[in-house]
Amino acid sequence: MILGGRDTDLVLLDENGIRCDGRKIDEPRKIMIKAGVLKNADGSAYIEFGDNKIVVGVFGPRDVHPKHLANTDTGILRCRYHMSPFSVEERKKPAPSRREIEISKVIKEALKPAVMLEQFPRTVVDIFIEVLQADGGSRCAALAAASVALADAGIPMRDMVSACAAGKVADTIVLDVNNEEDQAGQADMPVGYMPNMEKITLIQLDGVLTPEEYKKCVETAIGGCKLVYEIQKKALTDKYFSNGGNN
Amino acid sequence: MENTKRKYVIPGDVITSGPYRPEQNVILDGERIIATAIGISEIYDDTVRVISLTGKYIPKINDLVVAKVLSHSSLSWELDINSSYVGFLPAADVFGRDFSAHADELNSKLKKGDLVVARIANSDRSRDPLLTISDRELGKIESGELVEISPSKVPRLIGKRGTMIQTIEMATGAIITIGQNGWIVVSCENSDGLLKAVKAIQMVEEQAHIANLTDRVKSMLESKGE
Repeated sequence: MILGGRDTDLVLLDENGIRCDGRKIDEPRKIMIKAGVLKNADGSAYIEFGDNKIVVGVFGPRDVHPKHLANTDTGILRCRYHMSPFSVEERKKPAPSRREIEISKVIKEALKPAVMLEQFPRTVVDIFIEVLQADGGSRCAALAAASVALADAGIPMRDMVSACAAGKVADTIVLDVNNEEDQAGQADMPVGYMPNMEKITLIQLDGVLTPEEYKKCVETAIGGCKLVYEIQKKALTDKYFSNGGNN
Repeated sequence: MENTKRKYVIPGDVITSGPYRPEQNVILDGERIIATAIGISEIYDDTVRVISLTGKYIPKINDLVVAKVLSHSSLSWELDINSSYVGFLPAADVFGRDFSAHADELNSKLKKGDLVVARIANSDRSRDPLLTISDRELGKIESGELVEISPSKVPRLIGKRGTMIQTIEMATGAIITIGQNGWIVVSCENSDGLLKAVKAIQMVEEQAHIANLTDRVKSMLESKGE
């Protein structure tokens, strides 16, 4: 095989520019978001991003426990990203892994610029992300859903945070890398983006890109974020303004 | 309302740009005015604000709230006011100035689980909101039914100049105490009126975003009348 990366059996991109799951190079997977799916959480969201299935619950602003973590100047943000044991093909041990701790941290830091925690000193906003089924790009899906859940909880935000990945597969920059492409491809770049402020809040890169490819990859991912933003918007509109009509 | 332009917004939406004054739930970003909450944006003359449709209660000075006693120390009570912060009610406020921590038993006045109507005396977010019950119409609630709605829907329940709440009270004969924190106490002499009033409040909560809600509630109350 000439095309493809490390895995030589899989055709990642055929001659017609069609990828291994039948998408075009600039086509994201099917995305569906629903806001307010959990009754007991202050805010929640469920996302299906391709084969990713993720539930997010948000609590707060509420009292901080343990108390020594509280900050008298501002509120704090806590985030837990967790993959269920049944979310991947081989059972995953439920204890937080190195990878989950990292993703919790980057999601927290990607949301922080958007959330106006300074309005709630001495409190905490807790975000719980549960991955029910994983399929590559789950951190982007989780970030997009977390942002919807925060808005649903009524926590003041400067902007929504949308997220989408781009990557390099068979020497081509493609939008929204799936699990196979992530494993066998050459690069994967998740991007978190605030669409109205036009600011990037998360960028990671696994792989090697030339400066030109890097630029193109960021642009592609931002294009994907804007698509995700429209779906986030629809999720919130459906919950809050569904049978009112604009007056 | 003549000079208002209303729009549904989500966080990050640009409501308008120009020389407007930002009020609740909006921020100024250069020339642009951006919503920070899900809700309905309103532009009045030179001010812009968003009426939030979700979120917790944020204590404001002079708000009337319905609070539940959580616990007490030897000097004060802690009250749940359905907010991010717990309300703080000093014992001296209830016992008067000659309160003595040795002689007076806080349990004798307010026990855990009791409901009180209180007013927010002070709230600056660097300390827990200070409550007071020393005023007429404030104090312990002896009877009634507690109904919880979203704090963001309280203005809708009151209605323009109190029309909505008057409608419900007139039709059912119930006495309704609305806390700005979304907790409401309904008391009524007859049980039918009580049930109807509770139902009407729940209807407002569910259909808060629908126009002409007062008329809808009125027809609901009347249809079930006979």
